[in-house]
Amino acid sequence: MTATPTPAAAESADLQIEEETTAIARKRHNEAKAAERKLGLLLVSPAVVIMLAVTAYPVLYAIWLSLNKADLRRPNDNHFIWFSNYVTVLSSPIWWTAFGVTALITVVSAAFELALGMILAIIMHRTIVGRGLVRTSALVPYAIVTVVAAFSWRFAWTQDLGWLAPKGSAPLTSFWPSIGIIILAEIWKTIPFMALLLMAGLALVPEDLLKAASMDGASAWKRFWMVTVPLIKPAILVALLFRTLDAFRIFDNIFILTSGSNNTSSVSMVTYSNLIRGLNLGIGSAMSVLIFITTGIIAFAFIKLFGAAAPGADPGGRR
Amino acid sequence: MAEIVLEHVVKRYPDGALAVDDFNLDIADGEFIILVGPSGCGKSTTLNMVAGLEDITAGKLIIDGQVVNDKAPKDRDIAMVFQSYALYPHMTVRENMGFPLRLAGMDKQTIRQKVDEAAELLELTQHLDRKPANLSGGQRQRVAMGRAIVRQPKAFLMDEPLSNLDAKLRVQMRTQISRIQKSLGTTTLYVTHDQTEAMTLGDRVVVMRAGVVQQVGTPAHLYAHPSNLFVAGFIGSPSMNFLPGQLKGGGTVVTALGEAQLPDRSRRALDGASGDREVIVGIRPEHFEDASVVGDKPGATFDAPIDIVEAMGSDVYAYFTVKGEGASSAELDELAKDTGNDLHGTGLSITARLDAASGVRRNSTAKLWYDTAKLHLFDASTGKNLLEAN
Repeated sequence: MTATPTPAAAESADLQIEEETTAIARKRHNEAKAAERKLGLLLVSPAVVIMLAVTAYPVLYAIWLSLNKADLRRPNDNHFIWFSNYVTVLSSPIWWTAFGVTALITVVSAAFELALGMILAIIMHRTIVGRGLVRTSALVPYAIVTVVAAFSWRFAWTQDLGWLAPKGSAPLTSFWPSIGIIILAEIWKTIPFMALLLMAGLALVPEDLLKAASMDGASAWKRFWMVTVPLIKPAILVALLFRTLDAFRIFDNIFILTSGSNNTSSVSMVTYSNLIRGLNLGIGSAMSVLIFITTGIIAFAFIKLFGAAAPGADPGGRR
Repeated sequence: MAEIVLEHVVKRYPDGALAVDDFNLDIADGEFIILVGPSGCGKSTTLNMVAGLEDITAGKLIIDGQVVNDKAPKDRDIAMVFQSYALYPHMTVRENMGFPLRLAGMDKQTIRQKVDEAAELLELTQHLDRKPANLSGGQRQRVAMGRAIVRQPKAFLMDEPLSNLDAKLRVQMRTQISRIQKSLGTTTLYVTHDQTEAMTLGDRVVVMRAGVVQQVGTPAHLYAHPSNLFVAGFIGSPSMNFLPGQLKGGGTVVTALGEAQLPDRSRRALDGASGDREVIVGIRPEHFEDASVVGDKPGATFDAPIDIVEAMGSDVYAYFTVKGEGASSAELDELAKDTGNDLHGTGLSITARLDAASGVRRNSTAKLWYDTAKLHLFDASTGKNLLEAN
């Protein structure tokens, strides 16, 4: 920069230099930001590729198959048939029976699990003596492999052999007893899961609030309904959401206990029968997609209707 | 409104720890009682026993002439204000304050009216539809107060209700609590570890230490006539100065400040205790004075090497150190630990509160006077005040 004759000119020159400096600094800052973003993308890319390969591809392929006539018994007859598979499934009484059975199992077991899980959670939360032992033993059913547990339930209810089956009866050979036993096995297995989630919620209720409520004149029952339940509502809804989604996809217990006989198939069982046993990839995939959509609707309804906080979301933020 | 009587109340935890030992207190109808003491002294446990939140191991708790040891909190008709305020986060201010009334089965119209009245008293009217999360600390504190007063209980229990507020608000709320209590005339039991709150709020103050009541009395009485070292050191801010000393026959006491002749009244109180003995001498900061300001009032004078001078406007705090070991006793150690002031420097630090007209300057020697009539003498081993006939 050469010497400038007037002070005003000098000032404007200074201003220009300043602007240029700012521009350079901004550019460098932006470059650094861009480089950082690029590095970030590079770092997550392996995970993204794997996720695409193992989830996105099968999902999309299942959707594609559901729009095709794809029967492994007639491999030469594959062709695109739009929504015919869906029409077939949705107009079939087998699908709707299974859907009803699944909904029944889901609602009844989730309700019982919530009630019993809450009791277990309160017991685990309130125990003072032998807390570790109580909590560990309460978790045993959850630690047992479902299939193993299902086999022992089946044995227990086997005619003349099982210790639970009434003499001379075969409960697993008719519809209502079978459904009852399936629900029982589900409940037994998942109460600990429910109790754990609820206990985490209970731990967040300040002791002072319960003390204040009892000073205000609330009995234990009212303290529970008017203070504890509203405060742990997020935990209850998350637990219920998880369990509902899980129960709707019930498969292993039914597979072992009844194999779907006497109309006890769930939607997952029916799908399995068509897809694997029946080798009908088109119909099976259509059913898979329908289950996928149903669970999506359930999750959406929970979050919209009850405002269930996403796991990990701050419950305080919504107060 | 009610009177509350605690008779030989004991709290022992299952692990054998004794939290409260032989607590006796008669609380008159409408009285404001303060339980004060360092943390872990059993004051909150006592309050919780009155509330019914903790079982009473032994002894009797009588409210309105009825033994209520085995009654549930909800049947005692007592309201409590918690340190954490314990407001229900899912309810609005109106619902929070109306909660006890709703539980009592009152109709909506009455609840509404009572909550409105309480809100007016506490200046909460414009916040009634907000949730506690959207209130400031002071407002939450007032809601907690409101929830206690709406139901017109027999007594208020307050567990350090002001300790979560900032200093300025605390002073403000202190006067408000006092005003509310006076206007409602409800028996109140108030727990605090802050001796200023204890001195300013209470009709009577109960000083506790390690589960044992040290002294019960009006704030002025505790201040002027502490029954032992602990009470003397706990009550008063800045706290009393303690110096080891010897009591000689003939009523003179020798300390690091020199020899002082006790006045007749003190000598008579000591009557019978003849011969030399070790004592701890207590002098409150305001019983020192600049010798040049005093005139010829009876007392003793000494030369003090002033370290620091703090001019507060109304008066002057002068700090100086004299040679010698500090007075040592279990009680004083506990007090020092509670205030976090357990530094042991060389020599003995003394605080004096002098008249604003005093000309003392730092790093200079000043001639100070102290009032021998206001000296407290404590037994060096038991910590008992030798001048107070118990």
